[in-house]
Amino acid sequence: MAVETGLGTTAREALSSACDRVEEPGERDLVDGVRPGVVARPATTEQVAEVLRAAAGHGLTVVPRGSGTKMTWGQAPTSADVLVDVSAMDRVLDHAAGDLIVDVEAGARLSEVQEHLAGAGQRLGLDETVPGASVGGTLATNASGAQRLLTGTARDLLIGVTLVRADGVVAKAGGRVVKNVAGYDLGKLLIGSFGTLAVVTRAVFRLHPVPAARAWVSAPVGDATDAHRLVQVLVHSQAVPSAVEIDWPASGPRVVSVLLEGRPGGVEGRVASARAALGTGAEVADPPSAVATYPWTTGLRGDDRATALKLTFVISGLAEVLTAVGEAAAPVSLRGSVGTGVVYAEIPVGTDAAAVVSTIDGLRAACARNSGALVVIDAPAAVKQSVDVWGPVGALDLMRRVKHRFDPEHRLAPGRFVGGI
Amino acid sequence: MTGNSAGLAAVARRAAELLAVGDVITDRARLRTYECDGLAHYRVTPALVVLPQSAAQLAGVVRACAENDVPFVARGSGTGLSGGALPHADGVLIVTSQMRAILGVDPEDQRAVVEPGVINLDVTRAATPHGYYYAPDPSSQQICSIGGNVAENSGGAHCLKYGFTTNHVLGADFVTPQGDVVPLGGAAPDAPGYDLLGAVVGSEGTLGIVTSATLRLVRLPQEVRTILVGFASTDQAGSATSAIIAAGIVPAAIEMMDALAIEAAEAAVRCNYPAGAGAVLVIELDGATVDVVAEYDDVVRLCAENGSFEQRVATDPAERALIWKGRKSAFAAVGRISPDYLVQDGVIPRTSLPEVLRAIQELSRESGVRVANVFHAGDGNLHPLVLFDDAIAGAGDAAEKVSGAILDLCIQHGGSITGEHGVGMDKSAYMPRMFTEEDLDTMQLVRCAFDPDNISNPGKIFPTPRLCGEVPGRHQGAHPLQEAGMAEVF
Repeated sequence: MAVETGLGTTAREALSSACDRVEEPGERDLVDGVRPGVVARPATTEQVAEVLRAAAGHGLTVVPRGSGTKMTWGQAPTSADVLVDVSAMDRVLDHAAGDLIVDVEAGARLSEVQEHLAGAGQRLGLDETVPGASVGGTLATNASGAQRLLTGTARDLLIGVTLVRADGVVAKAGGRVVKNVAGYDLGKLLIGSFGTLAVVTRAVFRLHPVPAARAWVSAPVGDATDAHRLVQVLVHSQAVPSAVEIDWPASGPRVVSVLLEGRPGGVEGRVASARAALGTGAEVADPPSAVATYPWTTGLRGDDRATALKLTFVISGLAEVLTAVGEAAAPVSLRGSVGTGVVYAEIPVGTDAAAVVSTIDGLRAACARNSGALVVIDAPAAVKQSVDVWGPVGALDLMRRVKHRFDPEHRLAPGRFVGGI
Repeated sequence: MTGNSAGLAAVARRAAELLAVGDVITDRARLRTYECDGLAHYRVTPALVVLPQSAAQLAGVVRACAENDVPFVARGSGTGLSGGALPHADGVLIVTSQMRAILGVDPEDQRAVVEPGVINLDVTRAATPHGYYYAPDPSSQQICSIGGNVAENSGGAHCLKYGFTTNHVLGADFVTPQGDVVPLGGAAPDAPGYDLLGAVVGSEGTLGIVTSATLRLVRLPQEVRTILVGFASTDQAGSATSAIIAAGIVPAAIEMMDALAIEAAEAAVRCNYPAGAGAVLVIELDGATVDVVAEYDDVVRLCAENGSFEQRVATDPAERALIWKGRKSAFAAVGRISPDYLVQDGVIPRTSLPEVLRAIQELSRESGVRVANVFHAGDGNLHPLVLFDDAIAGAGDAAEKVSGAILDLCIQHGGSITGEHGVGMDKSAYMPRMFTEEDLDTMQLVRCAFDPDNISNPGKIFPTPRLCGEVPGRHQGAHPLQEAGMAEVF
């Protein structure tokens, strides 16, 4: 884009008048190694809009941030003049328990939202996959965990959104009712867009009741065929599982777990049938430690971090994916929602570069043969440079056209997303 | 808009080359059979109708439209209730009813792949032998098509628990308004990139046309119980609904009918609903047997606590069909008690039900226009049927006025102007009451990305089309001419 960028004195003044808190960046403000020019901490949607108008006026690039727990995900931005940190916008604006909805600011932490809702016996069906994650960051990365089998993902829960465009215009879509087909569903477009289309400042979600009883049943599994068979039995059973998870470490015991929720009597009965289905060794266990967490250590930002992968496939592809894991050149630990075909894998830090590349290629091919994809969620810079982070993407031209309409100067999180968007 | 007769002639020639002889309609009398969808008071005769039998034929026609700047409108079974498939007088109506193949049913992966003309209920019929079904169930499911469902993001009685079409469409082959075929989403979840499919589902045919859809199949529940409950008033029935939800129960459906709607249903289908009821609820519970049995006891108790005077339970399909008969026939049944009627589709937060119903009664009393209420109580989706006799001068206008006032009530209570029927032609004028100019402008950025020439179902949803050549507003420091020139360059 032929737009002059630069964070000169006038630009800084414009940003300072747009927002009370404009600060110099520190070490923890790096976006996957890229040092932002300044950090703006707006307190309201209107301040976010002012900041974005100031940035637009001076041709500045903008990277949005919630709690900052996933800033190394995706590709590093090509530029980050202004880091727009919305963590000060952390209020639960309205919890209408009788309507099963909650209206929150984007910087609100998921755990605090859940705590708020729990008082009314309700929950937002989104797992906190990284401790401290915000609502906005969870939306931007489309993060999901074990309960996606029951409640779906952000796209199934978000019913209204307020956003600020690259040009500073504030807009909303959806509303406060679950059933609503008026206008385009912009929320879905923003989910998983890594901050490249707009800055989300507020979100309305549908909620679910917290079940009176819940129990995990876990069973050890041997090989890929064994795991595949058990998962098929659970998924097609009448047990109505809330989650079907696998923990498949590079070494050590492998476990398939199922979560059953509902009324005490009902859960009891379904636990019995799940145990029978899982066979010898199945036991009712506390929440497995592997649930709703990634198989890698989160919170690392340097070259000491592992290569983190997301694998998707149709559920009949599980055996093939697990077999590919076993045949990979690198040791691979895998975990996730085998009930939906979305799992996460770790290639440990220190693995030989060629082995990382060939492992990614092999696993990506296995996913692709099963209608899915592999995305390198996070990795040290050297790995990101040597592999195709996002992999092949369908309808990329249409995605570029959407990006260009929302952000014609390509100033929002430039380069972080698919196809260099 | 003046007719582009040369462009239309070119599209007709191309269609004749691509399609079988009987699949291109130019005869005036036959064109007229397509002049409206389920919202029959809007009528426009299309300039040309095509009935492609394949995605390649359909894409070829769209490409010809793009090359000749001719607008097109997609239509499935034509059952829509907002005029979304209303033809364009100078455009092509692309009817997908001949694309009716179920391309695959894969219970192992809980998926089905179907062409857009496939009838909603046929997906369930194909999946049932495997223990699965397709959850979205609009009332018209025996005749409406998946393509139309995708365009409108159709709901139905059971979306309270299972969600809408958008939650059950995982992938699609999609023809852009330029005539290119691209894949959106896929059989596996979370395809990388923007969720374009999420934007396309419910976009009412304004972004392009889906030529195949990958659908999620849901396990048939072990147990289903349907309960018919009679109350003295809609207030009581509304309170019972709130109590059930507050107890943490998510029924598959909670439907309400008021006295006038019950009267109409009795006249039409003799459903034998509780005599003297001011309101009935139809509540359906499904899931594992042990859970359903426990929930049933709670629901019965909560209804009794809120004043129910009669309860009947159906545990087998025949009894269940009897209970649903009254509810599902309600729209048509209103024809028995009124020569004409308007159907509304507003949504309110569930907790506002009693207040809004009283306000509707007040509107009805003040205006002398009768309103029968049939609705999805569980999710606050109202279908007030505003009754009138078109033979009486001014009656239609009075009904329209009441109908509009009901939508205003929904907006005032933080709801929506449409829960499942779509905006289409019918409600585009109401969009500015729900959304700001900026909201609508931002939505139209999506439109401009997909369809910069505004040829895909133009004139629907948005009251004022956005000129896509314009540089999106208000930013400074850029060169407008350069940007305008760059608009389609990557």
